[in-house]
Amino acid sequence: MAEKNMSPKKTPMPEQVPGVRVRNFNEVALGYTPEQALEEARRCLGCKAEPCVGGCPVGVRIPKFISRVAEGDFAGAADIVAQANALPAVCGRVCPQETQCEMECLRGKKGDSVAIGRLERFVADTRAQAGAPGATVASGARGARRVSVVGAGPSGLTCAGELAKRGYAVTVFEALHTPGGVLVYGIPEFRLPKEIVRREIAGLRELGVEIITNVVVGKTLSLDCLLGEEGYSAVYIASGAGLPKFQGIPGENLNGVYSANEFLTRINLMRAHEFPKFDTPLRLGGAAAVVGGGNVAMDAARCALRAGARRVYIVYRRGEAELPARLEEIHHAREEGVVFKFLTVPTRIDGDESGFVRSVECQEMELGEPDESGRRRPVAKPGSTYTLEVSAVVVAIGNTPNPLIVSSTPGLNSEPWGGITADSETGATNRPGVYAGGDAVTGAATVIQAMGAGKAAAAAIDEYIKRL
Amino acid sequence: MYTIVAKRELNAATVMMEFEAPLIARAARPGQFVVLRVDERGERVPFTIAGYDSGAGSVTIIFQIAGHTTRKLAQVPQGGAVADIVGPLGLASEFGGLRRAAVIGGGLGIAIAYPQARALHELGVETDVIVGFRTRELAILCEELEAVSSELTVMTDDGSNGNRGFVTAALERKLAAGERYDAVVAIGPLPMMKAVCDLTRGYGVRTIVSMNSVMIDGTGMCGCCRLTVGGERKFACVDGPDFDGHLVDFDEAMARSRMFREEERISAQAHECNLTGGAR
Repeated sequence: MAEKNMSPKKTPMPEQVPGVRVRNFNEVALGYTPEQALEEARRCLGCKAEPCVGGCPVGVRIPKFISRVAEGDFAGAADIVAQANALPAVCGRVCPQETQCEMECLRGKKGDSVAIGRLERFVADTRAQAGAPGATVASGARGARRVSVVGAGPSGLTCAGELAKRGYAVTVFEALHTPGGVLVYGIPEFRLPKEIVRREIAGLRELGVEIITNVVVGKTLSLDCLLGEEGYSAVYIASGAGLPKFQGIPGENLNGVYSANEFLTRINLMRAHEFPKFDTPLRLGGAAAVVGGGNVAMDAARCALRAGARRVYIVYRRGEAELPARLEEIHHAREEGVVFKFLTVPTRIDGDESGFVRSVECQEMELGEPDESGRRRPVAKPGSTYTLEVSAVVVAIGNTPNPLIVSSTPGLNSEPWGGITADSETGATNRPGVYAGGDAVTGAATVIQAMGAGKAAAAAIDEYIKRL
Repeated sequence: MYTIVAKRELNAATVMMEFEAPLIARAARPGQFVVLRVDERGERVPFTIAGYDSGAGSVTIIFQIAGHTTRKLAQVPQGGAVADIVGPLGLASEFGGLRRAAVIGGGLGIAIAYPQARALHELGVETDVIVGFRTRELAILCEELEAVSSELTVMTDDGSNGNRGFVTAALERKLAAGERYDAVVAIGPLPMMKAVCDLTRGYGVRTIVSMNSVMIDGTGMCGCCRLTVGGERKFACVDGPDFDGHLVDFDEAMARSRMFREEERISAQAHECNLTGGAR
């Protein structure tokens, strides 16, 4: 066993420099070399209690895979990760490790935690580059029980992969023309290259998972039809986030005002930044304001810069400390030149005579008493309004769950705010054989939480079908 | 890929296409739409379903060649295929309880007016149809419309068929003459639907309009198709496409329909260059 690396700092990961990357859509973080991975893996103490594993929603055996990396057995490490995680190259990039596995890391008590996410990414990428097959499985025997999954996003794909490994014949129905859900329409290329998503999905297909695009369950096929004439024994609903929220201020229907969903979909899925080579247009102009402070807002702001805006503002109603986005994303956005307007609320969007955005009227705020979330509530500072001259506004303040399945499925219980009612442990809904998870149940959350729900539901569906 | 099983040019600028799409054909209802993508570089564009045949497993759309995407679509031959079609999307038209109705179609709207008129006819609703064309040579679907209407009125902007004027003029004559409709269904360009609504408001006739907004996913995710109806934000893709025309903010909808006008011009030009071998 190699000697431990007691450096208090994570081994840095190479990145494209800000001045260059802001003019391209290539990945910002470049990944570890084998030498860097070995160096970082030797920082893991291999704690017997494995606190990091408890922080992982899908329970990756972290110390085990890292010890394989430290031994130089990258393929063995990839096997261990793949046992628990259907999308490791994705998670290594977009999981908020700092609030999950890495938060529990003993090394983090004094210095940086082990860079678990970077190592996960390294082993997944190394395996893919070697052209090695995905995890081998007890593939679905002919005549196996059939399960359908609604939505080919992270939650649905994880559930599908788990069920396929358990020997079920799984069909995933996807509404868009490309599988991946938020991984393809939401998260930008520079944070998660679409080639990686394609690769992970190809791996699931190798497991025997069938993915059918252009099917909207609730419209093209009803849930009852899946369980009835289509003959599926169970259904997992992972239809994701739905209707975008708007602030409800004047001017939000002006031309040049986008929901973050629309803005990101135009760019990431439809490649509008390459218009007219690609047919989908994007109207952006020289300056954009992004309203909100989460990861989606950071993604939108950084996309706006790359799509040609010269000035991009993040307008956020609370202070910097309250930003819900990951520190890494905030840091990257700032490096690239995004201007943060904290304690600021847009109150009105003004347009020109043709109905195009010209400016946003902003109200400065100050922090008052804590609200129900424990965060100090922003209150308007009297007499402090100002105007931002912008040609586009992107509203990134969240989504409500998509109503299509609930409205088309009689007897399926939902919450007053629209989420499907499901058991938090198993994903079971009130309808036998119908399970649900991910953003469709929780409202907007993280990729890995959605994956965790998919994994738990797969186990519950397995139990359910065995009892049939 | 979705194969074009039949293709017919209705006039120089209007094409009818029938696609093999059995799942959509089985689920479709009048008033719903599909989102179509011609090829891998294509945009996602909504088209109202003009007809469906669950037995044959096919879905028909009718479109006018207006911009780059429709031009590209019109070039795909019978037997060829498009990359994607998804649907049926949106809510089906609700025509329950009607006894007498008028369907008003203008421009491209005529293609959509036809399935609406047919749906009403099949429900046993006595239906007058009023359609308008720029000139007589552009008139389409007249026989089909005749077959499903109690009275068909064809107007032309230039009077070339002997019936000069806009569709609103014909509707106004009927309303002024005391025709009582339980509902007027107006489908076509926004200014025409607005004009119909302004007219029927005065007569207190319920008016249903079909909003064909710009969309991407068509399932409520992007919010691009939002419009204001009765002071509330609605999404044409999941709350519509049919709305109470008297409540729709048409001025806003018209401004939003111009959002990508400049880009449409750029796109048309860019692809024209390709066709002429980069001459311009």
